Amino acid sequence: MFLALRELSFAKGRFSLMGAVIALISVLTVILSGLSSGLVNDGVSGLKSLPATAFAFDEGTKTDNAFSRSVVDQDQIESWRGQEGVAEAAPMGSSMMNATSDSGKQVDLAFFGIEPNSFLAPEVSEGQQVGPVAGIVVSETARDEGIDLGTVLTLDRIDTELTVIGFTQGQATFGHVDIAYLPLATWQLIAAGQAPAGAPTADHVDGLDFELGSVVALRAADGRSIDLAAGDAVAGTTSMPLAESFNASPGYQAETMTLSMIQVFLYAICALVVGAFFSVWTIQRRHEIAVLRAIGAPVRFLLRDGLAQAALLLVLFTAVGLAAGVGLGAAMPAGMPFALEYGPVMSAAFMTIVLGLVGAAVSIVRIARIDPLTALGGQR
Amino acid sequence: MSQLAHQTDLRSSRPQALAGLELEDVSLTLGDGEDRIKVLDRVSLTVESGEFAAVVGPSGSGKSSLLAIAGALSLPDTGTVRVGGEDITALKPSARARHRLENVGFVFQSGNLIPSLTAGDQLRMVNRLAKGPRSFSPDPLLEAVGMTHRAKHRPGQLSGGERQRVGIARAMVTRPAVMLLDEPTAALDSARSHEVVALLAERSRELGIATVMVTHDISVLEHCDSLYEMEDGRLNKR
Repeated sequence: MFLALRELSFAKGRFSLMGAVIALISVLTVILSGLSSGLVNDGVSGLKSLPATAFAFDEGTKTDNAFSRSVVDQDQIESWRGQEGVAEAAPMGSSMMNATSDSGKQVDLAFFGIEPNSFLAPEVSEGQQVGPVAGIVVSETARDEGIDLGTVLTLDRIDTELTVIGFTQGQATFGHVDIAYLPLATWQLIAAGQAPAGAPTADHVDGLDFELGSVVALRAADGRSIDLAAGDAVAGTTSMPLAESFNASPGYQAETMTLSMIQVFLYAICALVVGAFFSVWTIQRRHEIAVLRAIGAPVRFLLRDGLAQAALLLVLFTAVGLAAGVGLGAAMPAGMPFALEYGPVMSAAFMTIVLGLVGAAVSIVRIARIDPLTALGGQR
Repeated sequence: MSQLAHQTDLRSSRPQALAGLELEDVSLTLGDGEDRIKVLDRVSLTVESGEFAAVVGPSGSGKSSLLAIAGALSLPDTGTVRVGGEDITALKPSARARHRLENVGFVFQSGNLIPSLTAGDQLRMVNRLAKGPRSFSPDPLLEAVGMTHRAKHRPGQLSGGERQRVGIARAMVTRPAVMLLDEPTAALDSARSHEVVALLAERSRELGIATVMVTHDISVLEHCDSLYEMEDGRLNKR
């Protein structure tokens, strides 16, 4: 680092300019990481918070939007309940609905119909648990839509009225809309097209002959794993682990792929920009390096010094960009799906540094090809 | 022995440097096919420790090639190069780099100092490369070339003569057995040229360094112990 530090101090302007570019790339990677995490949370935070190990969809259901496409019957549910390693198998209904609050505000909701005492029942931060036929427990984030305890939501077209009786702990969204948990029986009433105008009652539910759900949520027994292929073969379903099931949420795959692609390009740009800078820097130092090699500086010393310089530059300015990105993230408007999570942000910073170093290394290895003889002015 | 000789830290930490430079029947051909040129033709040269030899000759006569081979920067096609009796043409590239660091001091045109380093750091850098003592101080060497007061200045803040003086001090950090001077007065006026060459000759004799100076400047030859002329790749003593 003897030479590296002195060069950084000597060529402050050039290195600051390069550092500013690295910092800007770092800011962008942090913002993209935040947007990516925010969109993921917006798309599947409801699924992420479920204590399910896997979901079983009706066999052959198309992956995209599978939660609302799939239909499972009681036999499939019972079949899964009998599978080895399965602690619980609970039916879940899923559908998107439009509703209007009693204050006239239009809201979109993802209805998750669950058996009130099953493992799928969400923890509530306020109000009561899922249970009453006409009661729904909605995502904490629905408060931003002006929804509060006691708010009556009227479902568009069928005029069924449901009352907000609780809020989940934290964000619970699916496909970018707030989740409303309701009893499976109420969901079946709506799905069967037999929901009455006004508030549904126990009488409406009791008279219903409709036992279908959308998917079977599976929870593995402690320390056990579920043989999904074997279960699918028996139950006639297509199952996927929880994380994989995110792809079955509306638009999830397209969004994450788009953002991942932008991030990959950003990392590539980082490697190219840093590589180009160190390439020019090495060319500018050709004669100086030739002199150093002529007086006997080992190539590995010069390579180590050059890489240490690049690493210092990358770490320092990525940290600056990280801090600026986190600061900008805090100033994001409330409606924007943005979430700064330690893991993705740190891995974005790590990737910026590593790929920047790769770019620098490709340029710095040219040092080994510089002929010390050129220190004599190239005359032989 | 002078104050400089006592104060050069590396001396006490490593054995007495190899002494004397010998080139024997050295030949070198460059280029391919019809463009092949014999730049060194059976050149033999012996410079004893403490001797200050000068090589003159027109451009393209092979002076720099002679210097490159004497300094282990390139290898001859035939012939041997010995420093202190050891044949350096058989060394691997990494060993030749180590040899240059420990046994050869280069003084280039215009000093060829590292722009980002101060005069003091130029010397510290060589000490670090040679894994010299941590207690190394560049001051005695800078004092010997009259540059102590400019120790914290970078090359851009020094005159041509000052840069060359720092270059001389840098070449002496490891107390080399051989010193090779590539047109050291090329960028200096007449008065500065005499000053610098006189200093080099004095240090060479005082420290027992076998020195070869390649130059076009015949006005400084009065400081040399021996004189050679290079013409069409052949070296003749004058």
